[in-house]
Amino acid sequence: MPTKAPTDLRSQFPALAQEVNGKPLAYLDNASTTQRPAVVLEAMQCFYQHDNANVHRGVHALSQRATDEFDAARSTVAKFIHASNANSVIFTKGCTESINLVAATWGFQNIREGDRVLVSTMEHHANIVPWQVATERAGAVVEPVPIFDDCSLDMEALESMLKKGRAKVVAVKHVCNASGTVNPIGEITKLAHEHGAVVMIDGAQGLAHQAVDVQALDVDFYSIASHKVYGPMGFGALYGKPEHLEGMPPYQTGGGMIRSVSFEETIYAAVPDKFEPGTPNVAGAIGLARALDWVTEVGLDRIQAVEHELGRSCTEQLQDVPGVRIIGTAPGKASIVSFVMEQAHPHDVGTILDSEGVAVRTGQHCCHPLLDRMGVPATTRASISVYNNEEDIDSLMRGVKRVAQLFG
Amino acid sequence: MSLSELYQEVILDHGKNPRNLREMPDATHVAEGYNPLCGDQIKVFLRVAGDVVEDASFLGRGCAISQASASMMTQAIKGQTLAKAEELFENFRDAVTTQADGGCDHSSEPTFEDAFQDESLGVLSCLTGVRNYPNRIKCAVLAWHAMHSALHEGSKVTTE
Repeated sequence: MPTKAPTDLRSQFPALAQEVNGKPLAYLDNASTTQRPAVVLEAMQCFYQHDNANVHRGVHALSQRATDEFDAARSTVAKFIHASNANSVIFTKGCTESINLVAATWGFQNIREGDRVLVSTMEHHANIVPWQVATERAGAVVEPVPIFDDCSLDMEALESMLKKGRAKVVAVKHVCNASGTVNPIGEITKLAHEHGAVVMIDGAQGLAHQAVDVQALDVDFYSIASHKVYGPMGFGALYGKPEHLEGMPPYQTGGGMIRSVSFEETIYAAVPDKFEPGTPNVAGAIGLARALDWVTEVGLDRIQAVEHELGRSCTEQLQDVPGVRIIGTAPGKASIVSFVMEQAHPHDVGTILDSEGVAVRTGQHCCHPLLDRMGVPATTRASISVYNNEEDIDSLMRGVKRVAQLFG
Repeated sequence: MSLSELYQEVILDHGKNPRNLREMPDATHVAEGYNPLCGDQIKVFLRVAGDVVEDASFLGRGCAISQASASMMTQAIKGQTLAKAEELFENFRDAVTTQADGGCDHSSEPTFEDAFQDESLGVLSCLTGVRNYPNRIKCAVLAWHAMHSALHEGSKVTTE
């Protein structure tokens, strides 16, 4: 089992080769955003340097090249998640917009007074608040699905909540950004469908670490964040089942999403254009597609093996430090290691780790209900990626021991 | 700016053993402070008679910086006039939010001593090191903003 990301892999990420506070950077904030390999940066620069033109508009050579690359990017994303049709991938500016799109369009059409939206307690605010808005507008309610102390979802509770009827949506994340829990989304989807609900899967943390087959999982909607899977920031996608997307009204309107416009009548374009008004982020699409190709080249098996081993090592070493408690211990969890220290608040831990060149996230991870449920005001989170190595974990542990020493 | 300057002994001491950490049933002014970024919550209690802050206390949890700052603040304003408490608030806020060493160049630090061994701040000046840690400034000013708010409107404030 490899315990080190081979140098050739790590050296593909220009941002990793730097010192912070006089120490080699140990970038362990990958659940916030990953770094990008040079091939992604180059692909985006190449577009702007050689092919830059608007898409789906001009008849000139550059416009055609840009359009071809943009369409190819959609196919790459669709293929990566095993969607049956490239047109079931809508480009957005990220997971947040993807979920808002579904809540505002599908939700507007389908959520009625007295309906229920079941949202897991561990959800990111981006998969809670859009549903609060949608249900409030309709006179429906959002109900939290409970979790266990190890941060795994209470599937029996979900089932009994579904049995009560009128649940229109089950909103759940694939992988929990704050606890590392990997949710059984295939099983959740099956249950939801048996009771007439659709599922909105927040895939922010899923795609970089888990195999995603939207057809096998039978999910209705799956959101994608480019920057969490080595692609550019401010870009993402929404997978939707074709039958849903066809019937949904547009989310935003304008140029590019219409078939014809007159002051008497406007006819919308077909999916996916219907959901993509305005000039799209073409370089973003190209960057995401290149990032997914990179993941395919490296291989998900290898990524999972490296991350699993480092996650195990990190967890074991942290557990050996007196006063440290891991938040999120669900079986089969991802390599996201959230912890609290008796001696010090996460913000102090984060500052001291930074002085050791270690980048982690400290705070509430946009999961207030989850942290309330776990009874902690905040955590320190080390999240691991394929380019991390044992030296990064060593740096983390040096910092943690320094915290224990300073605040002990 | 080194870590040991940020986490001076006096700060660690107040962080571990905050002074005046208690509820005040006869408070005349109360306000809450909340930092949504890290989840720090602080409730500041004041008992004002005439124009004097007779007693000051707080409840809450948070990082060492926010706890120490709240603790030291209650000590600093207790027994002071309202005008003096207000002056301390302004001086403290200015001292911790003024970027004196221009970011990356850590060699030009002496200004820290020059500018902020401010007599009016006294022992509070040890907290002004946070100005070199921009993402920690909010921790240091949270209790102060709550105190200011308690005196002026008595409502919940956030440092977002």
